[in-house]
Amino acid sequence: MKQLQRVLFVMLSCFILSAIALVPSSWSAQPQQKNLILATTTSTQDSGLLDVLIPIFEKQTGYFVKTISVGSGQAMKMGEKGEADVLLVHSPEAEKAFMGQGFGVNRKLVMHNDFLLLGPANDPAKIRGSKSAAEALKKIAQSGSLFLSRGDNSGTHAKEKGLWKVAGIAPEGQKWFQETGLGMGETLNVAAEKHGYLIADRGTYLALNKKRHLGLEILVSGEPKLLNIYHVIEVNPAKWPKVNTPGAKAFSDFMVSAPTQTLISHFGTKEFGSPLFFPDAGKPE
Amino acid sequence: MNQSANVLELQDLTVSRGGVRILEIPSFALRENEFVSLIGPNGAGKSTLLLAIMGLIQSESGSVWHRGVEIQSDASRLAFRRKIAMVLQEPLLFDSTVYENVASGLKIRGVGRAETRDRVLHYLERFKLSDLARRSARKLSGGEARRVSLARAFAVEPEIIFFDEPFANLDAPTRQSLTEDMDRIIRDQGIAAILVTHDQSEALRLSSRVVVLNGGKVVQDGSPAAVMNAPVNEFVANFVGMETILEGVVLSNLELQMAVRVGEHEIDAIGSPLQGEAVYCCIRPENVTVSLRDPAHTTSARNVFPARIVEIASLGPFLRLRLDCGFPLTSFVTRESFATLGLSQGTRVYASFKATSVHPIGKRGG
Amino acid sequence: MDLILEGLVKAFQLLASLDPEVLGIAMLSLKVSGLATLVSLVIGIGCGTLIALTRFPGKKVLVSLVNTGMGLPPVVVGLFVSILLWRNGPLGFMELLYTPAAIIIAQSVIATPIVMGITIAAMQQLPASLRLQILALGATRTQLVWMLIKEARLPLMAGVMAGFGGVISEVGASIMVGGNVKGYTRVLTTATVMETGRGNFDIAIALSLILLLFCFVINYILTHIQQRERPR
Repeated sequence: MKQLQRVLFVMLSCFILSAIALVPSSWSAQPQQKNLILATTTSTQDSGLLDVLIPIFEKQTGYFVKTISVGSGQAMKMGEKGEADVLLVHSPEAEKAFMGQGFGVNRKLVMHNDFLLLGPANDPAKIRGSKSAAEALKKIAQSGSLFLSRGDNSGTHAKEKGLWKVAGIAPEGQKWFQETGLGMGETLNVAAEKHGYLIADRGTYLALNKKRHLGLEILVSGEPKLLNIYHVIEVNPAKWPKVNTPGAKAFSDFMVSAPTQTLISHFGTKEFGSPLFFPDAGKPE
Repeated sequence: MNQSANVLELQDLTVSRGGVRILEIPSFALRENEFVSLIGPNGAGKSTLLLAIMGLIQSESGSVWHRGVEIQSDASRLAFRRKIAMVLQEPLLFDSTVYENVASGLKIRGVGRAETRDRVLHYLERFKLSDLARRSARKLSGGEARRVSLARAFAVEPEIIFFDEPFANLDAPTRQSLTEDMDRIIRDQGIAAILVTHDQSEALRLSSRVVVLNGGKVVQDGSPAAVMNAPVNEFVANFVGMETILEGVVLSNLELQMAVRVGEHEIDAIGSPLQGEAVYCCIRPENVTVSLRDPAHTTSARNVFPARIVEIASLGPFLRLRLDCGFPLTSFVTRESFATLGLSQGTRVYASFKATSVHPIGKRGG
Repeated sequence: MDLILEGLVKAFQLLASLDPEVLGIAMLSLKVSGLATLVSLVIGIGCGTLIALTRFPGKKVLVSLVNTGMGLPPVVVGLFVSILLWRNGPLGFMELLYTPAAIIIAQSVIATPIVMGITIAAMQQLPASLRLQILALGATRTQLVWMLIKEARLPLMAGVMAGFGGVISEVGASIMVGGNVKGYTRVLTTATVMETGRGNFDIAIALSLILLLFCFVINYILTHIQQRERPR
């Protein structure tokens, strides 16, 4: 028995020693927390906007931003658990619940873009020109045409679920309704491959369509219900004292500051002819 | 007999495995320059004995003494091992060059580069490996590998060397030449040795003393002739095959035709040992013919001796006759012949055997 | 089809022009997986040798555990390591989550059982009489262990290569504990997943080609090792 204990002890100490040897890189973090964990959505990340904004923020403030892009749902869960410092999400219903439960403070409006209802050019469900997204969804359900959903509790998914509710349809479990559980870009690819309908944000669609022609067309757009609104939320330090509060505040202020808002308004114009996002800081909800 | 120092002594050495005692040696001594052959059937405990001496297996009780000092602690065991060498049945070479292999024992002992080089090259040459120094050990033939393992053992210039059936899987010529090389070095350097072997002619050629082991106990311990000729019991007798082994001196050798003086008599043999050499003459019982009348005129056999039947034993289809011709001689006869000749103990007969039936073996200077 | 061709062409262009971001990702992959392999080498060979050469009660159970560890799904490792490293988790105070160190830790956990398991097998395959012969040559325990390791160096190296191959192509744990942060914890595998999701097939293919190259080199070395004969 003694031998076994010796062996296990040696193994454990080797492991701990190696782990400790790797720590110095993090120990060198300044007493004032330098690391800022930003939880955001894949669509925000995929649009490339953050690749422009984050470096500027880091240079100005000296913070090191770790952008963790997951679905809105998971981002907010991270906020709930205190594993993120600040959130940049676009799922208003869920956000309100988040704020209501006291997990976040200082929810500020940042920008918006819109969602599109896309589909194959031949439009089998004949939704082109529908007056509302809900109406189009009803037609899709009735014709049993293939519809792709992200199904991952992301902001897009939440928006989509809301629209199905308005249309009065419960698509889950139906044969024509497929959930990919993937990010926006990938779901767009799947829809393109399978010639299905889906709801996607304009930013991701434009960016992806430029790289490879998807063969999907914008069939319904412009409706107020299709607006995609982004907020920045600081995680409540009262619940989680380890949160980097000054960092979160700095980022939040940065996102609504005038120069940033200007940057946002210009983002994408060169490439796509029209901006991908519309700055909204300071406007009423 | 000269009073040589005891290089190695064992007292009350016992080894058990799984509750069964597999080795029991009340006492054993190895003298300076002595060459002992350890023979016995499989499972007799020969390898166990070597491993126990080296402390490579746990002994239940007993002590091992080296030059009068008991080997007790790990430190003394290590020191002891560094004064001896052991060659196992498989060459067990390391995955590097021949040079590296031969140098390994020296490296372990921390011998300096220059001296290592000298010794390694010396022993490479003695074992005819000089050309192979840079060869990878993976690419050697069976005989070459064996020579490397021998060179590795001798390179550390041990006081005692242990062999555990080192030539088991080699063909006769390779065996022959290796044994000769080995023998020469051992004699030149005055190394004491214990050789575990199945091959009795090897035991005879090389050793001055034969120890027979059975069931973990020493059954007989004596000169080769004594063990072969005067086996102490049925077991030893059966084990050594009861060949007649006669000590003698070569009187003459003319183109392989030898005359050997054995005691008062002269025996004709065929072989290579030269005039003046001490030899053992080995004669298989099957080749000794027994007759009532002097067959000198009827047989082509050159060796004819009057003899008296001393002992008769039954061996299945044969009967074994122990004869006294002035020297001991053993013969097998069929039951038929025995009955036909009407033989019995004490009968005077003539024993004859051909010169070609006598196998002379060069005897190690005793 | 032309999508793939287009991607391939752009990929080669990216590689030929030594695109800094792509190269940066490749270097990070090598560094992270390299360090993880180094850790697994020390622990794996050290403990593996100890386990193989010692007799103790429960040895069979321990060896079975190690062998099971060889087949641990990397995502499971990622999940447990991230739980440990969460801010509010037991090791949260070390602030290791979403750092390269976290990936190194997770990959070490993945690779160590592989190296250890192969070490144990390799050491146990050495002839038992070899140990006796080495001791008979007068070796101390340390010398014995060192010489045995040298004898088994080829299969041990194969084990290390296997460990490296396993972690450099691992993606689940790396995403979970690393966070795929640009220029910081983005490695070949996580970047490939992300770029594919974005539809940037050219970059994704370029990254995949580099990863394939690494895998090929590893395999080539492994094959070379396996083809050698053993000494007598």
